Amino acid sequence: MNRVVQAFLYAAFAAFVGYLSVAPAYQYADPEIAVIKLSLSHAAERVEACVKLTPQQINERAMKGEPINECERERLPLAVELDVDGATVLSLAAVPSGLWKDGPASVYERLAIDAGVHTITARLRDSARETGWDYAYSEEVSLAPGRYFTITFRAENGGFEFR
Amino acid sequence: MELIKRALAHAFARFEAVFEYAFGQRNTPFAWLGALGWYFYWIVAATGVYLYIFFDTGITDAYASVEYMTHDQWYAAGIMRSLHRYASDALVVVVVLHIFREFAFDRLRGRRFFAWLTGLPLLAFIYLCGISGYWLVWDQLAQYIAVATTEWLDTLPLFGEPIANNFLNSTTLGGRFFTLMVFIHIFGPLFMLLLMWVHIQRHSQAKVNPPRPLAIGTLAVLVILSLVFPAVSQGPADLDVVPAELGFDWFYLAGYPLLDLVPGGQLWLYLFAAFLVLAVLPWIPPAERVPAAAVNLENCNGCTRCFDDCPFGAINMVPRSDGRAYESEPVVNVNQCTSCGICVGSCPTSTPFRRSGPLQPGIELPDRSIADLRDELVAGTGETRVIVFACDTGDTDELEQDGVKVIRLPCVGMLPPSFVDFALARHHAEGVMIAGCAEGDCQHRLGNDWTIERMARRRDPYLRQRVDERRLCLSWLPRDSTRRRQRALAEFRVTLSEIDDE
Ligand code: HEM
Ligand code: SF4
Ligand code: SF4
Repeated sequence: MNRVVQAFLYAAFAAFVGYLSVAPAYQYADPEIAVIKLSLSHAAERVEACVKLTPQQINERAMKGEPINECERERLPLAVELDVDGATVLSLAAVPSGLWKDGPASVYERLAIDAGVHTITARLRDSARETGWDYAYSEEVSLAPGRYFTITFRAENGGFEFR
Repeated sequence: MELIKRALAHAFARFEAVFEYAFGQRNTPFAWLGALGWYFYWIVAATGVYLYIFFDTGITDAYASVEYMTHDQWYAAGIMRSLHRYASDALVVVVVLHIFREFAFDRLRGRRFFAWLTGLPLLAFIYLCGISGYWLVWDQLAQYIAVATTEWLDTLPLFGEPIANNFLNSTTLGGRFFTLMVFIHIFGPLFMLLLMWVHIQRHSQAKVNPPRPLAIGTLAVLVILSLVFPAVSQGPADLDVVPAELGFDWFYLAGYPLLDLVPGGQLWLYLFAAFLVLAVLPWIPPAERVPAAAVNLENCNGCTRCFDDCPFGAINMVPRSDGRAYESEPVVNVNQCTSCGICVGSCPTSTPFRRSGPLQPGIELPDRSIADLRDELVAGTGETRVIVFACDTGDTDELEQDGVKVIRLPCVGMLPPSFVDFALARHHAEGVMIAGCAEGDCQHRLGNDWTIERMARRRDPYLRQRVDERRLCLSWLPRDSTRRRQRALAEFRVTLSEIDDE
């Protein structure tokens, strides 16, 4: 047994634990850069439109206790695009959730971007249309360094919300 | 696999030599890694209870309550907080070493798989507890952890809407998720304790408390660290601010930077694969199938010594089944028996002096019978001056020399003390050396402890009083100690020749 070496080993242990508990620091993000967070969940239209029933058919079904709309469950993928100063930085198709692809589709993306003034355009398509978009929103915004800029979407509020 | 283990064991032996020198063999931390794990757990639990008194479990006030503890009440809650953090970090250190060491020393294969497998979920729980703990501070690090963790969880197809949305920006912040973390951080450790208890179920007298000097020393050093370098928070969380530079607890968060390099889904896959690999290690390669200890009821008097001494809890005493007047009889659980032979060394009927009938003790290893052991001892004794009883584990080949006979056993704990008496009294040797693992670090857990006590006449079966202790040399050394072992043997032979000169 040697108490001096023992003290040294204890000290080394403490230094090791103490140091690695806070250091070296991890550089997660550049403080000069802004980050856009795009997050949305939205149910796209169904792949096949529900069968239109006549009022008479609806009545009949209601009497029998059957469901009164007739729909295929599967939904379309959601197309989402993001432009910054006219250049497309994000373009993706989000798959509906659920085993039968009948739920809302979700998008969650983080994009680092230089701080400063930018024109940001967000577009979304939730229907089967071939061209154009169902929702679009564009705004010139000033992005502060080291801060998040969030883009969310709520159809009931009319579409995209920038913050 | 064998090569990896040997290289690793060699590295441990090198490293541990310094610690053995500093702490002495019995108190060296490496022999007590699991016990230190328990000890740090208790420190974390005790300090955690204290912190909980002052902690505000709501997300809006949590940060301030931690600040209060750290600064206003630095002399009590502040120290508790630091201890809580540093003991959790120390827990990771000892458990990681513990895993590598149990692996290197091959204490996981075959029938010893149980502790290894039950250790794996423990590992997951340590991280669950640690990460949820950092979450509760609700500072910038906590914010980073919250966002990174939920983003990572979202790569699993589990949640309809991304759970990271809980932390999207300051307007979406909800307390629900935070409350969940408080819950996890309280019940996770409780469940972990249950798992720790399960972990040692196949160990009798598991080493769950480190020796006192080590316990005092580690606590003292953690308290000093807490005073000199108190744990602090890193500025309040603000979900609108991108955390830039973060002081990182690498013991718990070392995996997080990977999330910025590898897609989260892929990382889950790697993690899962790693656990799978760890989970099959006890069977790679499959252990040799050595038959378990077997009881011979005709020679067993139900004294329960084998039951008391089995390090793996593989023996149960049950009511006597053969109608003889003894109360009970041992039954070996063959799925738990590691064939260490320690029960054989404890059985009073394992004595080479017996003449009537064949030599068959109450309990015995079918592959290494006591009768064979006696034959080996007696054979060609003319030239033998020293008999060395050595463990299979140790590297004792180098002890072979003129006048020395090395007899190998699965564990020296298998040697009944009567064999020492027999060898000396019948002049089969002038001296007996017992060469086993380091004290407190027996490959078969308790073999050397029991041997030390039996030979010191403190534990049944005792060494006979008539044995001249000078002719018995107990040598306990760690692995890779060939030279020290040779020196011990040489010194012993000098002692023996001095006795003869008297
Ligand atoms: C909180 C974490 C842990 C604690 C407190 C702990 C504690 C212990 C203790 C007290 C022992 C008994 C030592 C003895 O008496 O001989 C032990 C043995 C063992 N542990 Fe752990 N352990 C932990 C985690 C793990 C992990 C993660 C693994 C591996 C994946 C593991 C693998 C083993 C093995 C293989 C043994 C030896 C089994 C044997 O001797 O047959 N442990 N542990
Ligand atoms: S051989 Fe070892 S593990 Fe098996 S019963 Fe005997 S003491 Fe227990
Ligand atoms: S130590 Fe021997 S005699 Fe005693 S109970 Fe075990 S087998 Fe029987």
